[in-house]
Amino acid sequence: MTAPLHEPTAEAAPSAAEEASVATSGAKAVQGRSLGRIAWERLKRDKLALTGGIVVLLLVVVALLAPVITSLLGQDPNEYHENLIDPLFGTPTGSLGGVSGDHLLGVEPVNGRDILARVLYGARISLLVGFLSAVVAVILGTVLGILAGFFGGWVDSLISRVMDGLLAFPQLLFIIALVSVMPNDMLGLTGSNVRVFVMILVIGFFGWPYIGRVVRGQTLSLREREYVEAARSLGAGRLYILFKELLPNLVAPIVVYTTMMIPTNILTEAALSFLGVGVKPPTASWGQMLSSAIDYYESDPMYMVVPGVAIFITVLAFNLFGDGIRDALDPKASR
Amino acid sequence: MTTQRTSGRRKQALAAAVAVAALLTTAACGGGGDDDKGSSSGAAGFDAANNKVAQASAAKKGGTLKFGAAQDADSWDTTRGYYGMMWNFARYYSRQLVTNKAEPGAAGAEITPDLATATAKVTDDGKTYTYTLRDGVTWEDGKPITSKDVKYGIERVWAQDVLSGGPTYLKDVLDPKGEYKGPYKDTSADKLGLKAIDTPDDKTIVFHLPQANSDFEEMLALVSASPVRQDMDTKAKYGLKPFSSGPYKFASYSPGKDLKLVRNTSWKQASDPLRKAYPDEITIKFFSDANQLDQRLLNGDLDLDLNQTGMSPQGRTTALKQHKANLDNPVSGYVRYAVFPQSVKPFDNVECRKAVILGADHVSLQTARGGPVAGGDIGTNMLPPSVPGAEGQKYDPYKLAGDNKNGNVADAKAALKACGQPNGFKTTIAVRNNKPVEVATAQSLQASLKKIGITAEIDQYDGSQTAGIIGSPSNVKTKGYGIIIMGWGPDFPSVQGFGLPLWNSKYIAQSGNNNYALINDKTIDGLFSSYVTTLDDAGKTKIATEINHKVMEGAYYLPFVFERFINWRSDNLANVYTTDGYSGQYDFVNLGLKNPKK
Repeated sequence: MTAPLHEPTAEAAPSAAEEASVATSGAKAVQGRSLGRIAWERLKRDKLALTGGIVVLLLVVVALLAPVITSLLGQDPNEYHENLIDPLFGTPTGSLGGVSGDHLLGVEPVNGRDILARVLYGARISLLVGFLSAVVAVILGTVLGILAGFFGGWVDSLISRVMDGLLAFPQLLFIIALVSVMPNDMLGLTGSNVRVFVMILVIGFFGWPYIGRVVRGQTLSLREREYVEAARSLGAGRLYILFKELLPNLVAPIVVYTTMMIPTNILTEAALSFLGVGVKPPTASWGQMLSSAIDYYESDPMYMVVPGVAIFITVLAFNLFGDGIRDALDPKASR
Repeated sequence: MTTQRTSGRRKQALAAAVAVAALLTTAACGGGGDDDKGSSSGAAGFDAANNKVAQASAAKKGGTLKFGAAQDADSWDTTRGYYGMMWNFARYYSRQLVTNKAEPGAAGAEITPDLATATAKVTDDGKTYTYTLRDGVTWEDGKPITSKDVKYGIERVWAQDVLSGGPTYLKDVLDPKGEYKGPYKDTSADKLGLKAIDTPDDKTIVFHLPQANSDFEEMLALVSASPVRQDMDTKAKYGLKPFSSGPYKFASYSPGKDLKLVRNTSWKQASDPLRKAYPDEITIKFFSDANQLDQRLLNGDLDLDLNQTGMSPQGRTTALKQHKANLDNPVSGYVRYAVFPQSVKPFDNVECRKAVILGADHVSLQTARGGPVAGGDIGTNMLPPSVPGAEGQKYDPYKLAGDNKNGNVADAKAALKACGQPNGFKTTIAVRNNKPVEVATAQSLQASLKKIGITAEIDQYDGSQTAGIIGSPSNVKTKGYGIIIMGWGPDFPSVQGFGLPLWNSKYIAQSGNNNYALINDKTIDGLFSSYVTTLDDAGKTKIATEINHKVMEGAYYLPFVFERFINWRSDNLANVYTTDGYSGQYDFVNLGLKNPKK
């Protein structure tokens, strides 16, 4: 890449978004609508996806404001309320797992911690791990996928084999083994933060091949397209083509896969916490709540229902939203 | 989605369990359709068998006594078993010179002759013990049990390289220098080279102790002192089919699946003053899931839980609500506690240890253990109530069940100040990951310590690796485990059988250590030394009390509860009673059935 090339190519090749809009809107509507705008209009018509999107947004807001909401309710996720527990059975007194004006979703068996406060704090962990591990996966997957697709040859073979290897790797077992040898303090982090950090890295690391494969495939087909050829014939450098010509056209599949990956990651986090290798007590997490609820599924079913429903709603909302985005960005894909 | 999947799987498991249960019930009934010919329930009532005998006269000869268990024995080899329930069950197929009385409560912990005609004739200032064997005692093939068989059985304790796992008290007392190498490395022709035991004839056995030990006869009452016949010794495989000296013998055993004992026809009632041998057969069915086991107990398919550690929270709730008459609530003899290794700073300072003891919310810890019924009374000192010399809640130096039961923040902060840590400190609580109740107590402790400024991190380690993780003082120090959550029950009811491995400096080991606090106190060591040479009961009791006081004054331990548990007995069980001899378990050996056909 050299400086003089900059201007001519910028003129010669239309912006990626325009190119895409021409491609998708076809011959009859030739007004200059951007891809984002078209997608947004499609998404607006998809009520289900929109609902999903709103729920996701709500969840994010609730998670961010968890300390504010709980303090407004006068609750603390780690405060014990043993006076609400029947000492004979260890389950909450009162109906529906101790639902009351103070404890809107009841309290935990044995220690009487407020379930609503814990579910709200649990959302922070779930979403944090879900989002950040998806970011790790997307960055790794995009960079490596695009390199594999663009350069081909031995680079492609190497990256593709690595992806195959990772996909075949028993991810869950690996994380369990890794967590048990993890020190308590690491990089200035302690306790639960270490676990969260490790979970984000590991889930992200094992998630990138999924996105990497898609990006590689897309790159393979895009690199033979006319506009890329044109840029190349005008003397554009490799990196320029990679990041200015190809990447913008990969945004759609990347966005779609990211929204689909987040719920999977949330489930993985829940599974890890369920198995006892997620966050450490007393930090609240949905998976950990489910795991301790097992001993009370008959005597106090509410304890299992609440975090279960929280996971269910979150994953469903993300999936609906992700489906909607996919349909909006890529109408050619068959359902 | 995880929820959906999880609950789906659980439902499937439940459905499967119910289906299996239904099938097995039909099989057990053999198509007879003979539902309860007697009373509709017939259960004896809540706590009816706790320290007293319930429905002794209702026991009839015959039938199949059905045990269920979530955990198999460590080994059924009399030399290798260390689980209390195994010692209890082993009396079905093994006899000892002396054993625990078959009586309820405290009397069950007393010693009574079994193979021997009488308890020991002690001479030579407590260094010589002589027994004479009873007439008519036989092996399962009809051959008589000789004093040489008893000696050989005891010698097997020396073969720790082949037969590890069991208690080694006999070895430590009879051969403290470790001169004998065990029967498998014995060069003498009859493999009876242990010098400390003499067998002048087939009926007489004499023990020569290098130093007196006032609990020696208690050690001989452990099943590890059972006779084993040399030609039937299959060494490491002996636990799969021990050769019987008791009223029952092994018919079949698949580890982790099931076990069946049938009558030993060579055993004669007249030769055995203790065992009533009511049922014809005894079976154990092993389950991988405690909830499933509880369900089968509640259904009445099984008579009792072999493990005798209490029901799981789920089954317990149902049982307490609907079948209270089938339950007993005995004290288990275990003390559940947190212990502070002195190698981890700042727990080298007694004031910091006191701060944790005073700051903890003891009611909260009790609730985490299961509450007053399923968990136990708040523990106030370290000696379990069943041990002679224990004072129970009467000795409460830190007022844990009194004024400080909800934690005393002011006193705890004062102690922190005295310790030089006025703003609190950071530490780590080590807890087994396979014991949800212990994790719950760790969390409770964590929450109350936060109020006095102590930030505790909870480290859940692999519970099957206890010996290598918390049993290794160097690992404890590296990991910074300032607080370890554990529990301990007596091997035999005496301060030696309970406290020696925990509090004596000689028992600090590099692996498999149980003196977690690393107590190295000359006074305590000295008290143990004088205990073993004190032969009168009053003197022994007094020393036991003193040792307990010394341990509590050192603030090495934060006791949680004197453990109780909820124990299930079926409607069909008769002659049921709990015994202190086996930590509040039902005495298995004399259980009978009301309706043998059921």
